Amino acid sequence: MQYLPNILFAILLIVGIGFFTKNVRKLFRNIKLGKSIDRSDHSKLRWVNMINIALGQSKMVRRPVSGFLHIIVYVGFIVINIEVLEIIIDGLLGTHRVFSFLGGFYGLLISAFEILALLVLIAVIVFWLRRMVLRIPRFWNKEMKGFPKNDALYILYFEMVLMSLFLIMNATDTHFQQANSGNIISQFISPLLANTNAETLHIIERSAWWLHIAGILVFLNYLYYSKHLHILLAFPNTYFANLDVKGKLNNLQSVTDEVKMMLDPNIDPFAAPTETENDKIPEKFGAEDIFDLNWVQLLNAYTCTECGRCTSVCPANITGKELSPRAIMMKTRDRIEEVGKNIDKNGHFIADGKVLTDTITSEEIWACTSCNACVEECPVNIDPLSIIIDMRRFQVMEKSAAPQELNTMMTNIENNGAPWQYNQLDRLNWKDEK
Amino acid sequence: MNVPTMAEMMAQGKQPEILFWVGCAGSFDDRAKKITKAFVKILNKADVNFAVLGTEESCSGDPAKRSGNEFLFQMQAISNIEVMNAYEIKKVVTACPHCFNTLKNEYPQLGGDFEVMHHTQFLKSLLDEGRITIQGGAYKGKRITFHDPCYLGRANEVYEAPRELIQKLEVELVEMKRCKSNGLCCGAGGAQMFKDSEKGNKDINIERTEEALEVKPDIIATGCPFCNTMMTDGIKNKEEEQNIKVLDIVELIVNAQDL
Repeated sequence: MQYLPNILFAILLIVGIGFFTKNVRKLFRNIKLGKSIDRSDHSKLRWVNMINIALGQSKMVRRPVSGFLHIIVYVGFIVINIEVLEIIIDGLLGTHRVFSFLGGFYGLLISAFEILALLVLIAVIVFWLRRMVLRIPRFWNKEMKGFPKNDALYILYFEMVLMSLFLIMNATDTHFQQANSGNIISQFISPLLANTNAETLHIIERSAWWLHIAGILVFLNYLYYSKHLHILLAFPNTYFANLDVKGKLNNLQSVTDEVKMMLDPNIDPFAAPTETENDKIPEKFGAEDIFDLNWVQLLNAYTCTECGRCTSVCPANITGKELSPRAIMMKTRDRIEEVGKNIDKNGHFIADGKVLTDTITSEEIWACTSCNACVEECPVNIDPLSIIIDMRRFQVMEKSAAPQELNTMMTNIENNGAPWQYNQLDRLNWKDEK
Repeated sequence: MNVPTMAEMMAQGKQPEILFWVGCAGSFDDRAKKITKAFVKILNKADVNFAVLGTEESCSGDPAKRSGNEFLFQMQAISNIEVMNAYEIKKVVTACPHCFNTLKNEYPQLGGDFEVMHHTQFLKSLLDEGRITIQGGAYKGKRITFHDPCYLGRANEVYEAPRELIQKLEVELVEMKRCKSNGLCCGAGGAQMFKDSEKGNKDINIERTEEALEVKPDIIATGCPFCNTMMTDGIKNKEEEQNIKVLDIVELIVNAQDL
């Protein structure tokens, strides 16, 4: 029976990590639903970007207050996880504070963890206040109702509880307190429990220990269902992000082939199509559903943590238009998830009569000025604009559903080489005008 | 005003240093034509050997591409590239950030490899080479704010060239709250220039004009014909047109020195 806690712990760990692995595989599968795009170039530059932007949080500090608080939580998260390693070894082997043989250095480590835990706790409370008391507008846009709003709060509560458990665990560990090394914060909590008997203290300590590790495993598994997935995906997302200048849109190769053919004076307009041409299903232009987006765009959607910085700088959104770049990413992710569940159920995707353009409306995509403010602002290099442009391409080239004034503009370009109805032969008239 | 065309140059067996890509706004829009002429005045004054395509120029395709009409964009791009390659053009300068962005970034893959510069970059290079001088004249001491065009700024990270030119005028350059990489769009990009805006509670150019008014400028400087239109409309809407002028940087330079 003495091994019961070890066995229980091992089971908890296996279930927790096993379930997480299952979801990670699902995540990979879903991201691969996107079209291929080559992002294997410039690996050195990509590493630099990832180190600066994801690891170094360089774009977070564009907003100093939330950026600074976020760095605390981020550093806390990474550093305190070293403690999790000890917890896992202790849990599996039945040891207690297995790293304590490190002596003074162990004390130093735990001190650092405790200080960070307190700072994280404070930062998370400030985050909550910003959201719920200061009610910063970007947390209250209309897409932030229901689950997205609660999701953010759950994460904050989770972090508050985990940090508190960590400090309580240390404060109620009598040996640890007696050793008086590393209890830099918890020494101020333990006097509050001075009148508690040793047995109760031990129970509290054990409960905090178990709840802490169980909480971490639950949190790990919550990630997949949450906006909080960014803590993992920020890294690949910044690595695979677009490296071109923001103004450059991709040129569709399928269109180039056709345009070149149209402009080629030697082409035989009556030529019979070759066998292979006949067999090939013509590629759809632009994006109607998630399958028409590339995998980086889908990765973008999973990476989005709904901070809303993009939406808060979007000129369309600022002036009350329907468009919100964050909502574009959220709706894309929702649709990927819907398709994913369809695959889970049927083994493969069975058409469900729904598409991404059902939820991302044309009113939204036509309100975009393509100004790139959202792309510039995103702390993890998500590109909502690329999705908007792909959806416009679908609207125009597959559906001929551009707004009427744009059709006029395009007709003018076709007929007279300018978006307005002026004769191309008058292009140089300005020279002689007074 | 001396404005040679590529065809004329070729007939004389000459190759200009630069092609001045005028753009549709610069060719047809009454307000933008003034910017075109101002730029030509500087080119003439500096004795820059340039030419225009004239009637052989056609829309760069930017508004078509940003509207999602990739076919029309590539038709325009490939035809333009054919014309430019036939004249063996190496260097292009334009006063329109939309043409600038498209020619610079989206033409190369279609066979159009040119060195493309925005007119503010080109003037900056002339200044550095000592081919032009800019001094404070009529605008000395005035408060000027510069509105960053998205397709010059965020899209291509050109923030300094226009500001350096403005500062040469010995003016007081004041920055709006949202400037440079945080600059707010005027509302015309992405083909919005050619359509009514979607339902909302404000027009984007009004939002941007209000922001410009906050810094109490005498002049709002721009580097884009579309931004110019949007800001001019905004100023009219606020009934400030008697107090505040919206001018392109080349107009500032020309007016300052009475070219």
